[in-house]
Amino acid sequence: MGLGPSIIDVFLQYWPIFLKGAIGTLKFSFIAVGFGSILGCLVSFLSLAKMKLLQTIARIYVTVLRGTPLLVQMYIAYFFLPIAFPVMNNLSKETYVLIALIMNSSAYVSEIIRGGINSVDAGQTEAARSLGMSARNTMIRIVLPQAIKNILPALANEYIAMIKETSMAGTFMLYELMYTRVLLANKFLIWQPLFIIAGIYLIMTTVLTYGVRQLERRLAVSD
Amino acid sequence: MTDKDKPLIEVVDLHKSFGSLEVLKGINEKIYKGEVVSIIGASGGGKSTFLRCLNMLEVPTSGKVIFEGEELNAKDTDLDKHRQKIGMVFQLFNIFPHLNVLDNITITPILEKKIKKEDAEKEAMDLLKMVGLEDKAQEYPRKLSGGQKQRLAIVRALAMHPDVMLFDEPTSALDPEMVKEVLDVIRDLAERDMTCVIVTHEMGFAKSISDRILFIDEGIIMEEGTPEQIFDHPQNARTKEFLSKVLM
Repeated sequence: MGLGPSIIDVFLQYWPIFLKGAIGTLKFSFIAVGFGSILGCLVSFLSLAKMKLLQTIARIYVTVLRGTPLLVQMYIAYFFLPIAFPVMNNLSKETYVLIALIMNSSAYVSEIIRGGINSVDAGQTEAARSLGMSARNTMIRIVLPQAIKNILPALANEYIAMIKETSMAGTFMLYELMYTRVLLANKFLIWQPLFIIAGIYLIMTTVLTYGVRQLERRLAVSD
Repeated sequence: MTDKDKPLIEVVDLHKSFGSLEVLKGINEKIYKGEVVSIIGASGGGKSTFLRCLNMLEVPTSGKVIFEGEELNAKDTDLDKHRQKIGMVFQLFNIFPHLNVLDNITITPILEKKIKKEDAEKEAMDLLKMVGLEDKAQEYPRKLSGGQKQRLAIVRALAMHPDVMLFDEPTSALDPEMVKEVLDVIRDLAERDMTCVIVTHEMGFAKSISDRILFIDEGIIMEEGTPEQIFDHPQNARTKEFLSKVLM
């Protein structure tokens, strides 16, 4: 039977499929990190709250989501949510997987934000509060703008990591890069798509990593 | 009772512990309007903690801090409102690095006192002129020297029109050649009848500027009196010992 057509031949013939897959990957990662950031923000505020109960809730949330495999979380979201919450019955399968991705991402993002806020010198808060600035304004106008320097690059790195994580969404037949393997396997193309997929992941993460490095450099200049 | 008899700040049996470490062990003190009070003593004796209790940056474990007749550590006190009347200057300046010099001064008056931006900036420029920083208004703090940062920190606090200024070792982090420019600003304030409470290791400065000296050691006020009493005729053995070790 031999090796069959070359990688280049497969790519030239089926590139629209890979392109669509790559776009799906970027889309899922972006949604996961985007909504994950909003949710992660809330979780990080809980973890920084004065009330011990809120801190504990946040800590459990983060521990569970970071301490269990994303694939397991996806399965639970996919099979358990529709049974447990009948209102969620009509949601698309894409939504279930995205819920898992968003929650998983939010756990990592909340730790990034918490770390960023804690990295701002306590003297900044003391100075603002001693002037009579409210706790809210101190957070929004003094602490967060300084925390963002540390948060933005870490957030971008989380996006890069998420690009690789979304490959698991293919397990649920969602159209992203890894899913293209299934489409082409139907045409008896087994090994070539794998190398093409790996190559595309590598290009995406390398380009974005380079971008993050530039971002870090520019943020450092203003110090 | 006239205003002059009423203390601006009254501290009643103030205790503060950090975990099992009791730093303040019962302090009673009254500070009157227009007074300049310097606090001296060895490191770890509780000077800074005492000062930080005056605006509730440290919440007392027990006791009262009464400012302009209101108990600051009561539950329903609007602390932000009172803090606007209590300026504080820190050892490490704590300038906001992401804001330029002018915005460092104007941000709080604009946000919390709803002062119009033009008015706040006009006043900020006047304050900057007072401390010789008017040409730095648009600069970012990273371009300022330590002495310039501390002068900025002082006028940032003044922009809130405080009734008292607290100084927490304002020159301890400065290069020697910058100490004078900061002390001159504080002296200028004191001469304009601003009430000042100053934690300092600059004994000569404390002696020349203060109406009263508090020697705080082991969490209590060991001795207090006029600069002459404390520096020239100390009564307490601990005060004598401390003063014998420091350069005047």
